[in-house]
Amino acid sequence: MSVDSPARAGRGRLVLTRLLAAPGVLIGGGTVLLLFLLAFVGPYLTHWSYTDIDYASLRQPPSADHWFGTGGLGQDVYAQTLRGLQKSLIIGLLVALLSTVLAGLVGACAGYFGGWTDRLLIFFVDLMLVFPGFLVITIVSPRLRSAGWLAFVVLLAAFNWMITARVVRSMTISLKEREFVRAAQFMGVRPLRVIWRHVLPNCASYLIVDATIAVGSAVMSETALSYFGFGVKAPDVSLGTLIADGTDTAPTYPWTFYFAAGLLVLFVLAVNLIGDGLRDALDPTADAARRPSRRVRDAARPLPGRRTDSPVPTVDEATA
Amino acid sequence: MTTPAPLLTVHDLRVEFAAARGRATTTAVRGVDLTLNRGETLGIVGESGSGKSVTALAVLGLLPGTATVHGSVALDGQELVGRPARELAAIRGRRIAMVFQDPLSAFTPVFRIGDQIAEAVRVHQRVDRAAARRRAAELLDLVGIPDPVRALDSFPHEFSGGMRQRAMIAMAVANDPDVLLADEPTTALDVTIQAQVLEVLRTAQRETGAALVLVSHDLGVVAQMADRVAVMYAGRVVESAPVDELFAAPHHPYTLGLIGAVPRLDRTGGPLVPIPGQPPALHALAPGCPFAARCPLAVPECRAAEPVLTGPGEHLAACLRSGELAAERPAPAEVYPVPALPPTRSPAPAARETLPRVLSVDGLRRTFPVHKGTVFKRKVGEVYAVDGVRLDIRRGETLGLVGESGSGKSTALFEVLGLRPPEAGRIELLGQDTAALSAEAAHRLRARVQIVFQDPMASLDPRLPVGDIIAEPLQAQGADRGRIAARIPQLLTQVGLEPDHAARYPHEFSGGQRQRISIARALAVEPELLVLDEPVSALDVSIQAGVLNLLQQLKAELGLAYLFVSHDLSVIRHLADRVSVMYLGRTVEDGPVEQVFAAPRHPYTRALLSAVPLPDPVAERNRVRILLPGDPPSPTSRALGCPFRPRCPVYAALPAEQRPRCEREAPGPAADDVHAVACHYPAA
Repeated sequence: MSVDSPARAGRGRLVLTRLLAAPGVLIGGGTVLLLFLLAFVGPYLTHWSYTDIDYASLRQPPSADHWFGTGGLGQDVYAQTLRGLQKSLIIGLLVALLSTVLAGLVGACAGYFGGWTDRLLIFFVDLMLVFPGFLVITIVSPRLRSAGWLAFVVLLAAFNWMITARVVRSMTISLKEREFVRAAQFMGVRPLRVIWRHVLPNCASYLIVDATIAVGSAVMSETALSYFGFGVKAPDVSLGTLIADGTDTAPTYPWTFYFAAGLLVLFVLAVNLIGDGLRDALDPTADAARRPSRRVRDAARPLPGRRTDSPVPTVDEATA
Repeated sequence: MTTPAPLLTVHDLRVEFAAARGRATTTAVRGVDLTLNRGETLGIVGESGSGKSVTALAVLGLLPGTATVHGSVALDGQELVGRPARELAAIRGRRIAMVFQDPLSAFTPVFRIGDQIAEAVRVHQRVDRAAARRRAAELLDLVGIPDPVRALDSFPHEFSGGMRQRAMIAMAVANDPDVLLADEPTTALDVTIQAQVLEVLRTAQRETGAALVLVSHDLGVVAQMADRVAVMYAGRVVESAPVDELFAAPHHPYTLGLIGAVPRLDRTGGPLVPIPGQPPALHALAPGCPFAARCPLAVPECRAAEPVLTGPGEHLAACLRSGELAAERPAPAEVYPVPALPPTRSPAPAARETLPRVLSVDGLRRTFPVHKGTVFKRKVGEVYAVDGVRLDIRRGETLGLVGESGSGKSTALFEVLGLRPPEAGRIELLGQDTAALSAEAAHRLRARVQIVFQDPMASLDPRLPVGDIIAEPLQAQGADRGRIAARIPQLLTQVGLEPDHAARYPHEFSGGQRQRISIARALAVEPELLVLDEPVSALDVSIQAGVLNLLQQLKAELGLAYLFVSHDLSVIRHLADRVSVMYLGRTVEDGPVEQVFAAPRHPYTRALLSAVPLPDPVAERNRVRILLPGDPPSPTSRALGCPFRPRCPVYAALPAEQRPRCEREAPGPAADDVHAVACHYPAA
């Protein structure tokens, strides 16, 4: 959407200004940045590596030596958590991004073009929905084993976009009838450009909420995949595996569970804040950047993003 | 002689709406005084947001819970404000009845019409089911619904808009109310149907002797129906007078401006008188007269205190300078600044032939298949949406396309703009036949034809800043950034907006400004033909006048040709050089605007013209009205012969030996006539 020129402020610039004016975005963005810093610089602050085992201390609470305590085999929880955070940050963000882009593109194209394009795309979406995703992954995993975490991200995204695509399709069908879309067509704007400029921005609220949910759920579904020997394997860890392993011992040895879970909650909350800000920045009627009493308005109207505020369901998923 | 006590007295009525937390309450009605005598018709006129509907609803006690009503509403001396809901319910429908604007939502869709009217009877009268049903049939007969006994068993969706509004009136008069409140009863209807419904309202009023309160934004309707008129602005009555006096010599500058802003069916061209500015926001009113900011006569005292409604006799006005207005009786154009429009001369008929054709459509047809069945769809018929339309626009000319809803105006428009080969007939746009266009040529042609839609809110992407909206057609044609950046401020200035509005979003603008943005977008690529699809029908009259003036000015400056689609004949008369009238997908009459409006030849055009109410009570009373019976037939059947025959007054009066021609032969317009008419027996 490179419509900016020095002379005037186009949509890109206006959205960016509004985005940077929202305190939530700055807090969320800062938190994500700090998490990245912690994940990639933090391991150098301790001499323990995530593979090290300290036979002298099994299941010890946090101390000066082991900052987050130790696990059942004497692993250093601090080193493990940071190692897991490295994986989960990238997996969560990339999966959410990929699946949302795919869903938006397929859904909008199916809805906008209609006819055979619609039928074929929706047939494919339905096919993906009825396919047991894990079965497919077990079949293809031996061949992809060498491709590493990137293939893993692609697979996770590939089984996460279908329902969103269907919703985007139905939103597009109703948007297609709106006069501004018709006006663009009569002006000779090319179809893909109409989708990019008019259809997708008007679905943005939904897509953003969906993407923020996808971040949390991607981190957790990666755990499930490791049961198939795919994804993260011991001794390597991710936040997902740490939470899954720590769930049983959480009441008695809380440090094995709560540091990983807390970081995940923090991560998802930060992403939510960014998503909220982005949605408000894209929606000119939101005016969040300008009006002071944000909390009052939030209490008055239920926000669609509200349900993503708590990542508790994703933790439940792991315990289940 | 004692004057009888008024039937309904509204005194110092105030309505406040509680807002969401953290915001000020909105006062929608700020001290309204009204009196209504037995059997009289009171018209309440005002633009959107003036509080006229809220006043009507407050009288009935039908406002939502967030509203607080102060003041007094007395019916025959009985106070209504503050009564318990039970007692009010006994009065509603029995003594005061309401006719709503949208008859589709005023009926419950799952119950039969007859049951709903019978229910209204049985709520207030102790009669049995059969008697109530008989009464319902009588009422439907009173409002002129054919075959009332059968109509009782119809569902609301089976009725047309006009029939629903009649049934609504039948329900309102079911209990012989003393007061009938009609809130914009004809706004959603076509003019010929509006004429029918107004006639029904008059009949209902005559039969029941009820007093009528008619709330409308249409000065013509009020001039035609009312005995007295109250003009509302910003939640107050600013002028109240007997109808003749009000239209002849308004004492308030706002009324004067409104009268000047309405295009007239009986007058040609010239600039309209726009009222500058916007109506004030009711939650942030400045002290003093709320109209002062827009008033050309405002003096410093106007901003000090709000003037009271006062005046000689029955003619009251809330203006400090009403005395001067009453004495001098100025014309609207003498009070309001009127933009000087560059002269536009429509070419003489002889010279017209030599001008290049911008759009030429002949014999256009478009049908839509009707499918049945869910699993195996099969075609069971066709809707003839457009069936024989001809249009001819020369360079720099404005063609007005007139027709009621369902006449196929929009379909014809979209067929032309689709740049596809037509189903039948021929479309030639700027010298190129659309049947023979390559995709690339079609794309280039799009730059030369642009469209302005009816609803400026719907046709502007809410998520795009105005600058990007206007840039869109330029980008579509591949203009470079420098040119786009230079063009946007230029376009905004051209349509009367500020260049720095480019960074705002559409929702920050008012309706009239949004329509200006729409026009700026259409002008961006310097088109030769501008298609205007009802461009002013969503706007208030005072705003509409400004947009119409802008269109006239642009046409003169840029030499544009307009295809102006409208259901409002006054607007067409004001703006167009030629007019084309459509009925049921066909062109029934076309010709130069002066000729068609002065001497319409097709019976449908004649009826249409006579149905348009004039904002002039004296002229209105002296007119002969041609009322068309019934509704336009469904376009699914392609009738043999003239499609207008079932409603045609000429056909009805024909001697038997001349009728078969209308029944067998569909009349077609003579090909190259200046003033062509599709009728076998046209008026001379």
